[in-house]
Amino acid sequence: MASRAGPRRQLPVPYLLLLPSVVMMTLLFGWPLLSGILQAFQGPDGGFTLANWERMIGEPRFWEAVRNTLLLTAVVIPIQFLFAMTMAMLLQAKPKFAGFYFYLWAVPLAVSDLAAGLVWLSIFNDVGYLNSVLVNLGLVEHGVQWQLYSEPSRLFFIVLVAEVWRATSLVLIIVVAGMQVIPKDYDEAAQVLGATFWQRLWYVTLPLLRPSLQVALILRTILALEAFAVAQALTGRNFPLLVGETYEWAVQLQNPAVASAVALVVLGLSMVVAIVYLRALRQPSAVESR
Amino acid sequence: MSTVATPPAAAPTPEFTELPPVDRAPLRRLRRRRVLLQVACVLVTLFMGVPLYLITLAAFSSRETLNKFPKSLWPTELSTDTLKAFLSSTGVLPAFLNSIVIGLGSLVLALLIGAPAGYAIARFLFRGREPYQLFLLLTRALPIVVLSVPLSQLFLRAGVYDTVLAVVLVHAGLSLPTTILITASVFVAVPRDVEEAAQLFGCTRFEAFRRVVVPMALPGIAAAAIFTFVLSWNEVLAAAVLTLNNRTLPAQVLVSLSDSPIAYRFAGGFALVVPALLFILLMRRYLLNMWGSTLR
Repeated sequence: MASRAGPRRQLPVPYLLLLPSVVMMTLLFGWPLLSGILQAFQGPDGGFTLANWERMIGEPRFWEAVRNTLLLTAVVIPIQFLFAMTMAMLLQAKPKFAGFYFYLWAVPLAVSDLAAGLVWLSIFNDVGYLNSVLVNLGLVEHGVQWQLYSEPSRLFFIVLVAEVWRATSLVLIIVVAGMQVIPKDYDEAAQVLGATFWQRLWYVTLPLLRPSLQVALILRTILALEAFAVAQALTGRNFPLLVGETYEWAVQLQNPAVASAVALVVLGLSMVVAIVYLRALRQPSAVESR
Repeated sequence: MSTVATPPAAAPTPEFTELPPVDRAPLRRLRRRRVLLQVACVLVTLFMGVPLYLITLAAFSSRETLNKFPKSLWPTELSTDTLKAFLSSTGVLPAFLNSIVIGLGSLVLALLIGAPAGYAIARFLFRGREPYQLFLLLTRALPIVVLSVPLSQLFLRAGVYDTVLAVVLVHAGLSLPTTILITASVFVAVPRDVEEAAQLFGCTRFEAFRRVVVPMALPGIAAAAIFTFVLSWNEVLAAAVLTLNNRTLPAQVLVSLSDSPIAYRFAGGFALVVPALLFILLMRRYLLNMWGSTLR
């Protein structure tokens, strides 16, 4: 990164330049974070209480939301990484129209999860485009009720497809950017030495991509834990996710204390994920990263 | 095509020599590989592109066409009724306006606060530079959901709840870490020499920055600005929690999801997606630079 700046006079100038950003982030991130933590443990009288947490745990929807959020994250992340790696390798092979492909594959990067949910709603609703195709092909008689409330596996499936569509681009961009930094020599050397495609991928490309993959994994997992509007657009309230529950508690039920408790669960999960990844993917010290 | 394998035309030996047959297998393999590559690319493109086409089709279909089943996948009966109805329903136009104002406001604020910090990281070595960068990375990982509920109460007490300003502050804050990292990488790319030359010719440090560095860094700064705008345009949760009457477009669509006809939702989805197409088109040269240089 920005490590080549030569030493200059050690004036307080840099601190003055940094000051506004530090103030803003402390006010907008630090203060609310602390106040949220306090609030989750505060009763209406201001004293310490665990009642908010008990109320949260007592709600069956909460456990459903925990299960759905974890399951969705656990399934969507591997799919997205396989998919993004495939896409990156395809682009790396320099097909014709690569520029166009890259543009179109990157578009979902700027699509919000609400918009992605609505896009797939046009496909998955009962009289939607997918059922039209299925009926026209004669595969089913009346179409499949993808959004059926009593079929959680279908709800899971449609949310999963929309999430894969929306968020694979982020992984793709990070992986492609990472691949561009890898010198071609390594791959060519392996090729000359007779390594097969899979061997080169496994022993050359992937290890060199490790820093990019690590960043992509952390970012994507934390963002996947935050998904909620996609499920609201596709399933209404039938497929609860943790952030969606926070929204319900805060806006619909006007209970900020419990909302904060649920939000802290999301924060806790994010932190655990980040720490686990950082430890599991730690750069071996023998391989000096540039 | 196969010139590699043809025998030399002017062979010095007069007698006819039997040449080994031309091995076309590698060429065929290469062609097959090209075809397979295109097939795979087209398949991925269909998965990414067809949903965009379908939401466009749905937004340009009348309500009767949308109720028909099975529907045609071809644009046979286009109409703008659905979009018109969406735009004229209560709250949508003001929300549109709010989204644009908030997007512009947060990009200006994020640049005003973030660009100097990015410049400091790019140009100075100082105590606390590494911790500061770590701090930036940490704030990026903080889920918005943790902040929005306490912030709504803070804003309520400060009297800015349900205002454009509140959402601008939050969106600018959310994009600040990324803005700082992008602008830092942009300023690093501007050679110090030109800045020093400007100072030698009598510019003050600030003048040198304004007259020499900023013009050279402008494309990258624009990329950072667009990033903030996209983030603000797409952010749903904080916008929905922090406002009541002054909704942004996504917040407006989200809160009216459950009690709106399906045509309204398609039109809303389309309205939210169109800017994405434009943003990525504008940004496509910077996408890799941005993510490649800022994330490590």
